[in-house]
Amino acid sequence: MTATAPPRTTLDPSALRARFPILQRQVHGHRLVYLDNAATTQKPETVLAALQHYYANSNANVHRGVHTLAEEATAAYEACRSRVARFVNAPDERGVIIARNATDALNLVARSWGATLTAGDEVLLSEMEHHSNLVPWILLARERGVVLRHLPITDSGELDMAALPRMLSRRTQIVALTAMSNVLGTINPIAEIAEAAHRVGAVMVVDGAQSVPHMPVDFQALGVDFLAFSAHKAYGPTGIGFLVAKPELLDRMEPISGGGEMIRAVHLDRATWNEIPHKFEAGTPNIADAAAFPAALDMLEELGMDAVRAHERDLVGYALERLRSLEWLELHGPLDPARRGGLVSFVDPEIHPHDLAQVLDGRGIAIRAGHHCAQPLMRRLDVPATARASLAVYNDRDDVDALVDGLVAARKYFGLES
Amino acid sequence: MVDRPEVALDELYREVVLDHHRRPRGRAPLSRVDARAHGFNPVCGDEVHLHLSLDGDRITGVEVQGRGCAICTASGSMMAELIPGRSEAEAGTFAEAFRSVMHGKSAPPDVDLGDLEALEGVKKFPVRVKCALLPWVTLADALRAWRDGATETTTTTEIEEAKP
Repeated sequence: MTATAPPRTTLDPSALRARFPILQRQVHGHRLVYLDNAATTQKPETVLAALQHYYANSNANVHRGVHTLAEEATAAYEACRSRVARFVNAPDERGVIIARNATDALNLVARSWGATLTAGDEVLLSEMEHHSNLVPWILLARERGVVLRHLPITDSGELDMAALPRMLSRRTQIVALTAMSNVLGTINPIAEIAEAAHRVGAVMVVDGAQSVPHMPVDFQALGVDFLAFSAHKAYGPTGIGFLVAKPELLDRMEPISGGGEMIRAVHLDRATWNEIPHKFEAGTPNIADAAAFPAALDMLEELGMDAVRAHERDLVGYALERLRSLEWLELHGPLDPARRGGLVSFVDPEIHPHDLAQVLDGRGIAIRAGHHCAQPLMRRLDVPATARASLAVYNDRDDVDALVDGLVAARKYFGLES
Repeated sequence: MVDRPEVALDELYREVVLDHHRRPRGRAPLSRVDARAHGFNPVCGDEVHLHLSLDGDRITGVEVQGRGCAICTASGSMMAELIPGRSEAEAGTFAEAFRSVMHGKSAPPDVDLGDLEALEGVKKFPVRVKCALLPWVTLADALRAWRDGATETTTTTEIEEAKP
């Protein structure tokens, strides 16, 4: 591949950019090059319009009113649930709980399914998890005396699958892993691990925050039990996320939050619960963002998740090739684009990631610098922080070239030879 | 492609700042350590290991180690230049004056911040204020520990996000 080779995918990033109002703006006098998509993606015009349309036409509370607006609001809210169920091929839309974000969804599993665990039971996580798939389990361990174990990673940034058999036993009740690392980009073999987890009687929980927006994810084909993800990393609004689960597991779980919506009958001293999924959705939910999110999924389905993945795989391959040509740069994560999602973490040993991000910002380029909510992984990699560029459907090779030019310029700016 | 570094960026990274970043002062190990503290910013991983020698209440030596961004490194280097020979109380005055500047106020007229004045531009970059303050928060910790007689105890400061 060279800088002039045409991309071998069917996506047209420049046509897509026209659909995103924010990508038309300038930053410090430069075209915005947005490479912080693993933190949050930008929103297409259709999502913004759906949000506006909901408040301008159908705003009401859900599930209770008999008036027209209440019916429309309820229909819009429930349409999001069925749309998400279809998008990830959930077994049943009653298994889709609308939460605040992926973190909230993971906390729900840890607290509610976690309540079935007793002291000495084990939860298997990994060294590459985001804090959102570490801290809920730390809370559970403190409350119930549950033992946390962590699947190690190899030096190339992949799960050490050879270690898996000895990490699993009859004591393992839950295996909770990310499908795609937000730091290394590694795509994990979830289906294979789910099978191993089920063999010892454990349930499989997947953090799909990075995978669901960027590759085909089929809940039933993966054979998992719980899948968490956020709308805002999938071109949707902030403030809404999902826990997709097997309904028969949800039926066995107790709610963790009480109030309106989630009850069937309430007496002064006792109550009975609503059906799933409503028993996990206490209080007035985030109706407007639920009404807007299907527009984002429409865009992804129109593009096709295979094409989305092919585009980002091609682009991350190009990014890896260009970044590897900067011989001073340390790259983290697998170098084979087939094994990683569209993000690259790197370190210039002589420029702190914050300084790199600052210089790039001066050129209109948005990247992330820091620990990426994965402090244990930073320790494992022995770096205080990394810089991370993460890709989306609207990025192209020009964006990668701008990043590379910016990294060279940063060396000059700080008086280093490049 | 012609490089046009932004004016705003040059306000953050003034030449004096870049010079301290490239050749940080106060890296030489002290022969005697009377006070020490460890400062850490968990958000970005900036880390400062500060050692002080004191003669009575006068600071006679400063050693700043650790790893951090250019702003944090320059701020620590400037501190190593500014405070030797000063009393503990004078060092505290510098720390307070610099904190005021970072929060958009002016330093008292009788306090000469020296090279530190070159960091004034940082106040326009709210997320970077904590980088500039980390060495000074760590200094305050070291001196507090010294006053309390805990010279051999390592205190760890987890600096919070700047609240301008």
